[in-house]
Amino acid sequence: MIEASYNFAYLDEQTKRMIRRAILKAIAIPGYQVPFASREMPMPYGWGTGGVQVTASILGPDDTLKVIDQGSDDTTNAISIRKFFAKTAGVATTTSTPAASVIQTRHRIPETTLHEGQVLVYQVPIPEPLRFLEPRETETRRMHALAEYGLMHVKLYEDIAKFGHIATSYAYPVKVAGRYVMDPSPTPKFDNPKMNDCAALQLFGAGREKRIYAIPPYTQVVSLDFEDHPFTRYRQNAPCALCGAEDSYLDEIVTDDRGGRMFVCSDTDYCEGRRAQGHTGTESAPMEAADA
Amino acid sequence: MLDRVSVSHDDKVAATDQPLLIADGLSKRYGRIDACRGVSFELYPGEVLAIVGESGSGKSTLLQMLSAQLAPSAGRVSYRMRDGVLRDLAALGEAERRLLLRTDWGFVHQDPAQGLRMAVSAGANVGERLMAIGWNHYGRIRDTASDWLQRVEIDTSRIDDAPRTYSGGMRQRLQIARNLVTGPRLVFMDEPTGGLDVSVQARLLDLVRSLVTELGLAAIVVTHDLAVARLLSHRILVMKSGRVIETGLTDQVLDDPREPYTQLLVSSILPA
Ligand SMILES: Nc1ncnc2c1ncn2[C@@H]1O[C@H](COP(=O)(O)OP(=O)(O)OP(=O)(O)O)[C@@H](O)[C@H]1O
Ligand SMILES: [Mg+2]
Ligand SMILES: [Zn+2]
Repeated sequence: MIEASYNFAYLDEQTKRMIRRAILKAIAIPGYQVPFASREMPMPYGWGTGGVQVTASILGPDDTLKVIDQGSDDTTNAISIRKFFAKTAGVATTTSTPAASVIQTRHRIPETTLHEGQVLVYQVPIPEPLRFLEPRETETRRMHALAEYGLMHVKLYEDIAKFGHIATSYAYPVKVAGRYVMDPSPTPKFDNPKMNDCAALQLFGAGREKRIYAIPPYTQVVSLDFEDHPFTRYRQNAPCALCGAEDSYLDEIVTDDRGGRMFVCSDTDYCEGRRAQGHTGTESAPMEAADA
Repeated sequence: MLDRVSVSHDDKVAATDQPLLIADGLSKRYGRIDACRGVSFELYPGEVLAIVGESGSGKSTLLQMLSAQLAPSAGRVSYRMRDGVLRDLAALGEAERRLLLRTDWGFVHQDPAQGLRMAVSAGANVGERLMAIGWNHYGRIRDTASDWLQRVEIDTSRIDDAPRTYSGGMRQRLQIARNLVTGPRLVFMDEPTGGLDVSVQARLLDLVRSLVTELGLAAIVVTHDLAVARLLSHRILVMKSGRVIETGLTDQVLDDPREPYTQLLVSSILPA
């Protein structure tokens, strides 16, 4: 039920139109950061107001929304954003990746392959991949305009010089459609390959920095690297302790105060789905017994 | 892209009979100040030109116009590109101009913080220009950077240290390596030894002089220090209030200045 005091999905229609125009422009120029007039939202910036504004602008009454935070549907942040849209737009919500038409995310791309017609909305804190080495906005804009991306490799060079390998493991820079270098937001680099040739539309919203950018479906997304230090995906070398998955990104969970720990899927929906299908891990039996 | 900068030294000494850079009636006005007035000259490949004059005489303004970083109020600068074609700098697109600045040209600033990335390693400072023109092999970039550190007499064990941790003289030498790594044909320097101790200056000047000779570089060096001009340059332009008041071979001008202003400059800085 929509509460009467709100416009559909909280933002007024004019603001949503403005944001949709920015989104359309972003889709037309894959990877390019489009400025937009970011609005105050009834939540702090750290909560992904950029993503929330994008979601608010694309939601329709028939959409089904999923919200994840670090892969989980159950964090305070994910729950409150889901509740926010259930209350202001009255849309159906879900935790199932295949069942969702719009997925708002912070720090992860779901493990389940996305399909056509879905939209993945990323919450972005810092949209500018060159910011780390070049703080001047005028200069980074010019670099994008002229496709001068040597500086991006300077950062990767520094990694190798310091650590012997490319140590950047989050917000790992990518080149979109052979043109713009883009920061994929602080997702682990494990997720980078999922952005390439993805069937879903990917939208990125940075609230504080007032930028929107996009990857249209089936777009080439390449992680930057060196010939002699190629991009590698990284995951902890272990199966999920709950579902036994060997192909999912894992979180390390401390289980007691004596240094006990286990690795479990960061994508809770994926993990639950596998367990429902009967997959098990080293720790799954006692947990299921406790649940039953 | 790479072939544009991998020119052998043989090619460089080729067309010495044609000017590399031509300044034609360059002027710059800031409100009521004429910072630079009608400066014209030609620079040939392998030639080192010094621009001298008192503070405020327009040296830096001229250098910025010559290096396409400042648009002249009047006049123009032409540069002979690697393909031999003379181009008006004002007619270059921004992408072409920036490519020129980081491949075929170098710019050594008085303040190393302007010419270096102080927070990234020396190796990356030198490698940046290579990465900017598409080098994509870490090992080769590092080897090349390491070679250049050696050539400018920086211990290669410091390759991973940031220039923040370098002395003033080392920073200037690092700037030079960063600029020369792409094999430029022309290097601009604005007071490259300013602010350095005398002994450090001498070492830097020696290094610059031998690199310039060895590589057949053309250079335009702004300095208020006539000793620097004498050591490095073949020709000299003496500026006063934005105008060139005397020009000629460096030794001739400094040993036998014609203009009273130049005589004053020479006598105050090189007391006989
Ligand atoms: N951006 C500017 N705006 C206004 N006036 C300027 C600007 N830059 C230079 N000028 C003026 O132009 C004149 C020439 O300045 P310039 O910096 O070229 O001198 P210079 O010979 O390099 O001096 P110095 O030896 O002190 O570096 C001076 O009168 C200066 O005040
Ligand atoms: Mg000056
Ligand atoms: Zn699992």
